[in-house]
Amino acid sequence: MLHYFLKRLLGLIPTLLIVSVLVFFFVHMLPGDPARLVAGQDADEQTLALVRSELGLDKPLPQQFVSYFTHLFEGDFGRSIRTRRPVSTEIAERFMPTLLLTLTSMVWAVVFGMAIGIASAVFRNRWPDRLGMTLAVSGISFPAFALGMLLMQIFSVGLGWLPTVGADSWKHYILPSLTLGAAVAAVMARFTRASFVDVLHEDFVRTARAKGLNERIVILKHCLRNALIPVVTMMGLQFGFLLGGSIVVEAVFNWPGVGRLLVDAVAQRDYPVIQALVLMFSLEFILINLVVDLLYGVINPTIRYS
Amino acid sequence: MTSPAILTAPAPDPTLHLSENRVLAVDGLSVSFSTFERTVSAVRDVSFHVDRGETLAIVGESGSGKSVTSLAMMRLVEHGGGRIDAGCMLFRRRSGAVLDLATAGPRTMRAIRGADIAMIFQEPMTSLNPVFTAGEQIAESIRVHQGKGMAEARAEALRMLDLVRIPEARSVLDRYPHQLSGGMRQRVMIAMALSCKPSLLIADEPTTALDVTIQAQILQLIRALQDEMHMGVVFITHDMGVVAEIADRVLVMCRGEKVEEGASAGLFAAPRHRYTRALLSAVPRLGAMAGTDLPREFALLRMDDEAPVKEAAPQATVKPDAAPILRVRDLVTRFDIRGGLFNRVTRRVHAVEKASFDLYPGETLSLVGESGCGKSTTGRSLLRLVESQSGAIEFDGRNIRELPPSAFRDLRRNIQFIFQDPFASLDPRLTVGYSIMEPLLVHGVAKGEAARQRVHWLLERVGLTPAHAQRYPHEFSGGQRQRIAIARALALNPKVVIADEAVSALDVSIQAQIVNLLLELQRDLGMAYLFISHDMAVVERVSHRVAVMYLGQIVEIGPRRAIFENPQHPYTRKLMAAVPVADPARRHLRRELVTDELPSPVRALGDEPTVEPLVEVGPGHFVARHPIGAFGR
Repeated sequence: MLHYFLKRLLGLIPTLLIVSVLVFFFVHMLPGDPARLVAGQDADEQTLALVRSELGLDKPLPQQFVSYFTHLFEGDFGRSIRTRRPVSTEIAERFMPTLLLTLTSMVWAVVFGMAIGIASAVFRNRWPDRLGMTLAVSGISFPAFALGMLLMQIFSVGLGWLPTVGADSWKHYILPSLTLGAAVAAVMARFTRASFVDVLHEDFVRTARAKGLNERIVILKHCLRNALIPVVTMMGLQFGFLLGGSIVVEAVFNWPGVGRLLVDAVAQRDYPVIQALVLMFSLEFILINLVVDLLYGVINPTIRYS
Repeated sequence: MTSPAILTAPAPDPTLHLSENRVLAVDGLSVSFSTFERTVSAVRDVSFHVDRGETLAIVGESGSGKSVTSLAMMRLVEHGGGRIDAGCMLFRRRSGAVLDLATAGPRTMRAIRGADIAMIFQEPMTSLNPVFTAGEQIAESIRVHQGKGMAEARAEALRMLDLVRIPEARSVLDRYPHQLSGGMRQRVMIAMALSCKPSLLIADEPTTALDVTIQAQILQLIRALQDEMHMGVVFITHDMGVVAEIADRVLVMCRGEKVEEGASAGLFAAPRHRYTRALLSAVPRLGAMAGTDLPREFALLRMDDEAPVKEAAPQATVKPDAAPILRVRDLVTRFDIRGGLFNRVTRRVHAVEKASFDLYPGETLSLVGESGCGKSTTGRSLLRLVESQSGAIEFDGRNIRELPPSAFRDLRRNIQFIFQDPFASLDPRLTVGYSIMEPLLVHGVAKGEAARQRVHWLLERVGLTPAHAQRYPHEFSGGQRQRIAIARALALNPKVVIADEAVSALDVSIQAQIVNLLLELQRDLGMAYLFISHDMAVVERVSHRVAVMYLGQIVEIGPRRAIFENPQHPYTRKLMAAVPVADPARRHLRRELVTDELPSPVRALGDEPTVEPLVEVGPGHFVARHPIGAFGR
């Protein structure tokens, strides 16, 4: 297991290198000139040249590439073209709200999604199943912006229980996380149900019943852990997606998250911010995948690492 | 046979009566399964009883309702969508209280399951939960029914593992099912079932998935524990050999109904019902071919036909002094096991070690041995489905191992395969006609109308009709599918057919029919069979010659008669002795309880096994005299 973990961590380095190279060229191939955007529409050629040299964009591409990488190895992601602040502070400010929102969304989505999925599988083709799956389909198909605005209309405007926008207190987290988690909960419910239905037909479930265990233990102890692998896979993927920030939900609730940071950076051709964000997203995905793979082994001892 | 007391309708406690020594009395049990379209009645009006310390075997082929009956006793049948329509099942609990299982409530049933009635299932791998340790799964039962704490239950689980004679019980306690061998898993299942000293044990095909030497051990173990605990045993099986070995009384079921019941000795000596007679005529018996040299078809009784059975002619299909069609010399096939930080080869599976044999036209050579002995790998190596490391495989004078891919493709036409599982070996999305035709098209032998004619001829040859060509595999039974697989193998007129456990997954009567078909086809078409099997009795029936494999080596090879009547290698003798014989008079009574495991063919790098040439002990009869595995040390 430790061997495997170290091997995977070593494998992380080339992947990140390839990603950063690709991102660098991709970003520089985007149409549009950051200097023009910084200097403004009316700036003359001279100002433009000044801004360009200040940003280091006047150098030939290979030279820019080398300086980008030397800085990267020193842990310096550069300064934002837009705000002139270090990229690391820029991202750090936005990362925590996104992480907390992702975590709260994931927690409720997983708990509810799995509960609905289990109930649906156990009462297959009866009313709890139909109700649960109707909820799940609605969760997937109802657009997030509509759900967000609906919730805001009811709980903030109508009842006045919760704040509308911002990210200042724990109350601010409730509505965005509900909105963000709805689709995740729906996907979790469907995955849990599918995987649970398979497990319920396994021979060892019959053995567990033949032992005289009550149905609750049969399901929660003997079935759940066996059904968990596809569910955990899905959980990891969803977690990765949510960490990338949701543009829609962040826009609706005026949330200071990484999703909007990315959109703003792309709009302004803020090269250093785009590069750092994409690199961070890939790192997140790789780490989450690694954790998921290690979890497989914890859940199911028959899985071996090599 | 039903006691008068049971005839009284199920009523509250005082009227329930069961004679003193009786554990279970089932009367008029009927079970049905309902789906959206229809209701299938799986068991109809079945009655039987079990006494203390007695073993009742319920025998029948697939679909006979024997497993449904056992699940009905546990009331687990309801979880599978079944319903008990009628009947009562009086049962005496350990406390002495008598109740009707058919009407007991869920709470009572939970208290009974695992405590008063316990069950062992067929597949010990899938019947144990893969994510919990063996110890925990046994201890769980003990905690639930005996109210013991964690540590106490664990200690009791250890005691149970000792009771089922597991070597190194303490280490098994913390191992997961996949870390145990098939025999050990079944011992864990038994330990789990017996942990609360039930008064009735239901064993549903507990040895079907096991090797024959392990099967013998498990049967002895169940017998011994039954004597110690004085419990009633309901033993469900399709294997008449196992029945003869273990049962006191036998209940024969067919299509959901009881057809015959009686004491084991009487039923085997003089079966009354036609179905029982037909079933027994299909059972391969070890020793049935004693005194003869050639294979012979089964003399099958038919259920619907009163005609007397004709003894088939012996299979004289081998021409004397013909040159061998296939010659294998010193074949070695090994698989690497990789591991560690750099994925280096750490160990090797020595699947086939210097195997040498010849196969003559029109001959059946059987490869026998237990799981992991390398018999299937040998078959696969011949067709280069797995790569071999050294040795020569000569077909028609050409070495298969050195042929370029194009020439080898042509050669493949002449060697065809029939696999074990007729469900998995046919593509479910292709019509069987196309599956049979495909080899013709691939090799450009025939196409269009000619290919269709050939498919029709093949289907008729294997006992189906040309109309079957349009259907899909799921519309056929297991036996029919195996016929289709045989038709596909014969499509290219092969000279050699490798039948890898081709009849092992089939019911006995179907198995006998397929064996007869194979023999008939060999008589008419003259191909050679390499018959790979673990079933000694079937092998005795079909083979001209036999090779016994153990740990990748051929330990004994020779004419079938010499091997079966005069086995020379200790492993051959051990294998032969373990085969249950369908004759209660020849029961292997009270043998020493053995617990040894099959040795592993996995070896460290550089640790080569010794292989020496075999020694000739009779005409064409060779045997290994050097130490292999547990033998000759």
